[in-house]
Amino acid sequence: MNIFEKLSKLDRRWVFLILAVVVIIALLVDFKTPLRINKEVQSVYDFMEALEPGDYIQMSIDYDPGTIAEMHPMTYAILEQAFKKDVKVIITALSINGPGMAEKAMLDIMDSVRILYGKELVYGEDVAFLGYKPYPGIVILSMGQNYRISFPQDYYGTPVDDLPIMKGIINYDDVKGVILITGTSGVDFWISYANGRYDVELAVGLTGVMAADYYQYLRSGQIFGLMGGMLGAAEYELLVKKPGPAMEAMKVQVWAHIVIIVFIIIGNIGYFISRRKGGVS
Amino acid sequence: MESEWRIFLWTTLSVGLTLSVFSFLYKDNPFYRFTESLYVGIATGYMTIILWYTGLLPTLIDRIWIGQPWWQFWGGKWWYIFPGILGLMMWFRFSKKKAWLSRYPIAFYIGISMGAAIPLEMKNRVNEQLFNTFISPDFSAMAGGFWNGISEIIIIIGVLTGLFYFFFSVPHKGVFGTVAKVGIYTLMIGFGASFGYTVMGRISLFIQRVQTIRDWASTGIEGGGGMSAIVWIFVLFIVLLVLIEMIRHMRKKPTEAV
Repeated sequence: MNIFEKLSKLDRRWVFLILAVVVIIALLVDFKTPLRINKEVQSVYDFMEALEPGDYIQMSIDYDPGTIAEMHPMTYAILEQAFKKDVKVIITALSINGPGMAEKAMLDIMDSVRILYGKELVYGEDVAFLGYKPYPGIVILSMGQNYRISFPQDYYGTPVDDLPIMKGIINYDDVKGVILITGTSGVDFWISYANGRYDVELAVGLTGVMAADYYQYLRSGQIFGLMGGMLGAAEYELLVKKPGPAMEAMKVQVWAHIVIIVFIIIGNIGYFISRRKGGVS
Repeated sequence: MESEWRIFLWTTLSVGLTLSVFSFLYKDNPFYRFTESLYVGIATGYMTIILWYTGLLPTLIDRIWIGQPWWQFWGGKWWYIFPGILGLMMWFRFSKKKAWLSRYPIAFYIGISMGAAIPLEMKNRVNEQLFNTFISPDFSAMAGGFWNGISEIIIIIGVLTGLFYFFFSVPHKGVFGTVAKVGIYTLMIGFGASFGYTVMGRISLFIQRVQTIRDWASTGIEGGGGMSAIVWIFVLFIVLLVLIEMIRHMRKKPTEAV
């Protein structure tokens, strides 16, 4: 048994350990990874930049704590960009664990905008969080008629009509677009129902696992932008010139991917050697 | 100050639970099992409360029962009692004799979903995709130039050959074999892209947890030093796992001797 055959039979726990060591060392060492902005991420940024103060957008924060690594950086970057430009944001959450994520992101960014830019954002005037409602398909369809059908009250129990930000805001026609940050299959509902039924301008931020499956909607124009996983989040952080956890994570990603590729190559060499010897049918 | 301590305690708990979950990568152990049970319990409780306060209470109970006075429940939108009854009928699934009653609400639900979904799904997932795949390649500078045209040709070829791979009415031999082979390569490229993104996604989760541990360590050490702390935490964690393994080994020995 040669070295490649031995390595191909390596206990997987060694792979985990080596990967953990590489990730920790890569976080220790200070270096930068070059990033190229893809046009699907650029178009989300361009859309946000083209908004005028007082314009409205809707953000649907539909992810769970399990995907905050990829989703939170996107949400934070876009929310901050919107608040900096005095764009009014209506936040909804159509994933059951989304409300906690959405509320944390909203409060964190309201705080950081106050500290960094001296802007005192007022809940109800600059931003509203309508909360969570089950059955995303039905909720998305109902918001196309009137936000008040599914969300008569906001997350905190205030009637939506008592929020100054919601005065004159009836449905999707009154917002410039919807930015959906999701780690769930709810994105299909948004594409089919919001864009398909109401022609909503829709951009999506997806987990890495999902991203490859949604590029066809970009090509068909059913979505105008796509941020895929940590890479998409890092590109957006670069665009808004706000290096954050996603950009830091990308330098680690490079080394982690190298380790995985090396193990795949070793495993394959071991497999082919074994097959040549007749060990593997 | 008190709030800082509170944050530190919560993040410490979060770090402890994270390490407990990671310990499963080595071997199943009591730390992992405790954390798993804790997670399932908390998640179920949280979801139940969220569904109660955002679904059942405002959309059903508050509409039927206005609550002032408590017995005047007919004062609200009493007709909401009918969907309420339909919802309750779902519970008959647990009865062997009356299970048929649960079919009525399911029929309503599926009927409404089908009515809403079929036309829109057909339009958006089939027609739109079909029309936008088989467009004539655009080589103009406005569309993206020469490479855009090439990319569109590759997409058309990829879609056609990929579909042909699943067409079994003719044997995949000769020209058809070559077309099917191009199809399978196209599918493999697609799976490869998905796999690459998936790896990135999984590594991202791990990196985020390491970043959390580092940030937690930084809050506990005046003036930072989070990264050196993380190395020590990592080493301690490995030592802990080795100790658990040794204790287990020592406990096993007497049994084996018997």
